[in-house]
Amino acid sequence: MSVAALSFYLFALSTVIGGLMTVLGRNPVHSVLWLILAFISSAGLFVLMGAEFVAMLLVIVYVGAVAVLFLFVVMMLDVDFAELKAGMAKYLPMALLIAVILLMQFALAFGAWDSSEMAEGLRQAPVAADVQNTAQLGALIYDRFFLLFQLAGLILLVAMIGAIVLTLRHRPDVKRQNVLAQMYRDPAKAMELKDVKPGQGL
Amino acid sequence: MQADLAILLPEILLSAFALVALLGAVYTGKDKLASALVWVTSIVMLVLAAMIGLGDATTQVAFDGTFVNDGFARFAKVVIMVAAAVVLIMSQEYMQRRGILRFEYPILVCLASVGMMVMVSAGDLISLYMGLELQSLSLYVVASLRRDSVKSTEAGMKYFVLGALSSGLLLYGASLTYGFSGTTSFSGIIQAVQGEHLSLGVLFGLVFIVSGLAFKVSAVPFHMWTPDVYEGSPTPVTAFFATAPKMAAMGLFARVMHDAFGGAVGDWQQVIAFLAVLSMFLGSIAAIGQSNIKRLMAYSSIAHMGYALMGLASGTALGVESMLVYMAIYVTMNVGTFAFILSMERNGQPVTDILSLSSLSKYAPGRAFALLVLMFSLAGVPPMLGFFGKLYVLRAAYEGGLAWLAVAGVVASVIGAFYYIRIVYYMYFGEETEELDTPRNPVLSGLLVASAVIMIAAVVLNLFGIDGAAASAAASLVN
Repeated sequence: MSVAALSFYLFALSTVIGGLMTVLGRNPVHSVLWLILAFISSAGLFVLMGAEFVAMLLVIVYVGAVAVLFLFVVMMLDVDFAELKAGMAKYLPMALLIAVILLMQFALAFGAWDSSEMAEGLRQAPVAADVQNTAQLGALIYDRFFLLFQLAGLILLVAMIGAIVLTLRHRPDVKRQNVLAQMYRDPAKAMELKDVKPGQGL
Repeated sequence: MQADLAILLPEILLSAFALVALLGAVYTGKDKLASALVWVTSIVMLVLAAMIGLGDATTQVAFDGTFVNDGFARFAKVVIMVAAAVVLIMSQEYMQRRGILRFEYPILVCLASVGMMVMVSAGDLISLYMGLELQSLSLYVVASLRRDSVKSTEAGMKYFVLGALSSGLLLYGASLTYGFSGTTSFSGIIQAVQGEHLSLGVLFGLVFIVSGLAFKVSAVPFHMWTPDVYEGSPTPVTAFFATAPKMAAMGLFARVMHDAFGGAVGDWQQVIAFLAVLSMFLGSIAAIGQSNIKRLMAYSSIAHMGYALMGLASGTALGVESMLVYMAIYVTMNVGTFAFILSMERNGQPVTDILSLSSLSKYAPGRAFALLVLMFSLAGVPPMLGFFGKLYVLRAAYEGGLAWLAVAGVVASVIGAFYYIRIVYYMYFGEETEELDTPRNPVLSGLLVASAVIMIAAVVLNLFGIDGAAASAAASLVN
């Protein structure tokens, strides 16, 4: 077995195990850690395919940012996962049955898999051997896929607007700091000096 | 690039308007500007509809086939823009009075419309998905716009979870199709997917894509979310759900089936015919037990989607033409019906129970008659416009060799007529109950009357020539 084949199987195996443990893990924090393993292993798979830019993106964006964000969310939100899982247990047998049937159907489909003879010729963006991965992606995204790139931006904008619309509340009963009002406050009006004689009080 | 962008002008204008409006509203009056923003947004949409409808009538392709602007796309876009604009105008007063009119609402509707325009113009699996997600994501947010109501948030949540599931199905199908054909562009897929005996893998892909799209048009058996979402969302949002997105999803459906899988009509025809039969029957039968008019309209929309799918199932240009005509008529009927539902109030509180309409004809004969016309039209009773819509799809199915489907359609339509006519029965012969308020909003009354007049006038005036436009639109899609 060549080194490439060996590392493929290793990465593939750890991706699958990472994915499985993410779903099956009892402790949500452990699940996130397993998810990170799955991300890193799939980054390895991308490197094997020659897509080093995507691999680095996966590590930097998903492992570096998204997974860490997940970790914080899981740790800070007080979600009772045991309770959520209790509801799932009720439907588990049915879900498993459907999953097994689906899996068998997929086995049927992939067992007889054949691509169209034209598939090779129809490819839209074949990898050119002499151009660097990053440069090639840039040329595609900012030129041919410009529209799709911009639409992705709009989708993210909608997600942002949605998050604000659904969660931001302006509470009128909360006192907020008004720096200018504090700065322009006139000491003469704000306080009054009284000369209290000893033993008399106010 | 410049030429490509020129083709996308309406989409760019609408997105730019949404961005400017968003920034402008955030930095100035926020929700105080919402009413004005709603009106401006609808005017912009109507102007764009005129621009698209009266503009260049040739087929243009941008970004290597990612985006197709042909007669079919223009027809669908005009319907979408007009429907979205009219629903926005309808919702302004209702939402204002209930304190849920926020300036983000017209902006989200705008962005959803951009998504719908991309959907009907998609020439590639990726642009299909991008358009679909842009539309769906905006719709999830507006569904739970009334965030302090449990029902509204539940509606948004259900819609989101099931919508995400359907997007997953669609993506899986898209990846199988891509794996088979080696390309995501429709013009490439149609070359690879040809002939009678497709390989099992691409058939799986096709079925998954159909399932994902059936979710979006709420066809049975992927309809479960519809009644809950229609009931839970604020009524103006429900009106929006029942009009523009339905047109967009049907347009997308027709485009994928004909542009990408046009070489395998026999393979998808049976699947869509199956969806159509189930939707027509379930929509007609399940609506009988409903007493909430919003849920009733949800089942009604499921049944109507069945009829539109029947047109599509015939697999011919006539089928697509009949589907377009049907959808245009459906949108018009729904605008009128929801204009009525939005004005259903008792002591200032909205009511949705159909029993509250009892003896409406005694104290509001005009409104009762307008609703009678609309209900007869929805049921497909001649000589209303709805009958001609049904006639069109039945003819298309018959000529496409699906006579059994046409017969099933007629049977389902007879069953469905029951619950529409029951509403008319309550209005004219129901027991006296506490009266509904007299609506004060001229916009709603005007739209109700206009919609009812169209139901009769369009029949006399040859459907306003809309069938000719639909025919040329269909010809640009199917060739």
